[in-house]
Amino acid sequence: MLYLGQAVTAETSAGVRAAVAAAEAALGEDLVDLVPSYASLLILYDPLRTDHLSVARRMRGALHNPRHRHVEVAQPGRTVVLPVYYAAEAGADLESLAARAGLPVQEVIALHTGTEYRVHAIGFAPGFAYLGEVDERIAAPRLATPRARVPRGSVAIAERQTAVYPADSPGGWNLIGRCPVPLFDRDAQSRSAEPCMPIAVGDSVRFEAIDRARFLALGGDLS
Amino acid sequence: MSMTVVQAGILSLLQDSGRYGHHRLGLSNGGPLDALAFHYCNRLLQNPAHATTIEISVGGLQLAAQVDTYICLAGAPMPLTINGEERGLWEVHRVRSTDSIRIGIARSGCRSYLGVADGFLVEPSFGSTATVVREHIGGLRGERLRNGDVLPCGAVTARKHFYLAEPDRPRYQNTLTVRVVPGYQQRHFSRVQQRRFFGSTYLVSERSDRMGYRLQGPGISCALEGILSEGICSGAIQIPPDGQPIVLLNDRQTIGGYPKIGAALSLDTARLSQLRPGHSVHFAPITPHTAHKALRLAQRFALQRPLRERPATGRPADGRPA
Repeated sequence: MLYLGQAVTAETSAGVRAAVAAAEAALGEDLVDLVPSYASLLILYDPLRTDHLSVARRMRGALHNPRHRHVEVAQPGRTVVLPVYYAAEAGADLESLAARAGLPVQEVIALHTGTEYRVHAIGFAPGFAYLGEVDERIAAPRLATPRARVPRGSVAIAERQTAVYPADSPGGWNLIGRCPVPLFDRDAQSRSAEPCMPIAVGDSVRFEAIDRARFLALGGDLS
Repeated sequence: MSMTVVQAGILSLLQDSGRYGHHRLGLSNGGPLDALAFHYCNRLLQNPAHATTIEISVGGLQLAAQVDTYICLAGAPMPLTINGEERGLWEVHRVRSTDSIRIGIARSGCRSYLGVADGFLVEPSFGSTATVVREHIGGLRGERLRNGDVLPCGAVTARKHFYLAEPDRPRYQNTLTVRVVPGYQQRHFSRVQQRRFFGSTYLVSERSDRMGYRLQGPGISCALEGILSEGICSGAIQIPPDGQPIVLLNDRQTIGGYPKIGAALSLDTARLSQLRPGHSVHFAPITPHTAHKALRLAQRFALQRPLRERPATGRPADGRPA
């Protein structure tokens, strides 16, 4: 486990991305998998090929190599724009969240679309990306009782994080709208080399409000 | 050519050796909980090491063969019959089209692996056929096997009748010592708490599954309430606020925010997964160096332990059915 900082800042986020590149370059075939998260990188290696001391030594070398330290400059994260239909019929908690915040619904939407979020981590379920940070005026605690089924594409807020549910699943976040773009396409790899997710840890995401007609035209589903 | 599921049993899942390299998409590993029994199943059948088998939890699976091939059942002692005739575990058996394969309830342990020559021929998803039900990925439809499912497999006419000698077979007991490499959050657990963790007996909870084994016993408290969510390795031992340890297994979520006291050695998570609710667990600390040595030794042992061969027809020397 590699820690790149104690708090969630742009600097630690860039550090995590640099460490991913360094691990890939330094560990080669010994590397089994990587789990980048908010401020850390979990490195899983093959214990029959190498050991923790060798991994630590090679990672130290790679992180001090200027080529990898500046990777964040050479490969800035992408910015991805995701369309969202904000409405009570698409996000069951939109009105209660607005009431709780003491703001009109339009203002909640303006605050949610007005922030550029960073992808801090992907986990919980395939393709579930934790995005931060939500404007504190529209931050909201998780529901006391999680829903058994949150519909696919739901855009949600929990505390100062926001996310899009990539598939129908249980969930306790506050639903405010729905995104018609698939966040995780489990069949993508069998069709072609196209990625099965439009975003990765370290990328930036902005939301853009769309109307009902546009949502349906983009393949959105309100069931 | 295939086998048809007549009775799916308590929980039967198609599993190859697991899905690796996709944690960044949030995909878990899946794969066999007891990697050693899985390994022997494929090795006895002379299959590639990653071939797809059926992981049978507790038992109750029945298949109808529509193909001439060979099968092997390895793991917890579940009574195996072919056309009503009792057959041994840890050995290769010939099956023919129209044969009925029945697997009873385990007398001890919890998981067995039913393999077929060349493995079940299922389309991989993200490089693996491993079924992770929580993610709806792998196997057939991303789900557990159901009655009537058709499992494609090839016709195979020649395989050696290998078996694993009785003294070499794993034994499944009711108590287990799990070796633990203390983790990077260990310092947030006081010496008293660490002594309690390594000095107590824990019981396997009813709420244990392929995501993790939940244990019940003296609660462990941690100076940290939660941490920034971070990657979780297989075998990581989480201590949630209620203090009851959870050993995370193959279908775990890839990231989480509970502190971890350490990680269980993979050899021991395999044995842990053979325990049932109410069985008991102790933890013993080991260094990373000892863990690597134990793994390499076990790997050498599992790959090199000699297999014996029965004559293709007739009865073996010990008089049991071939």
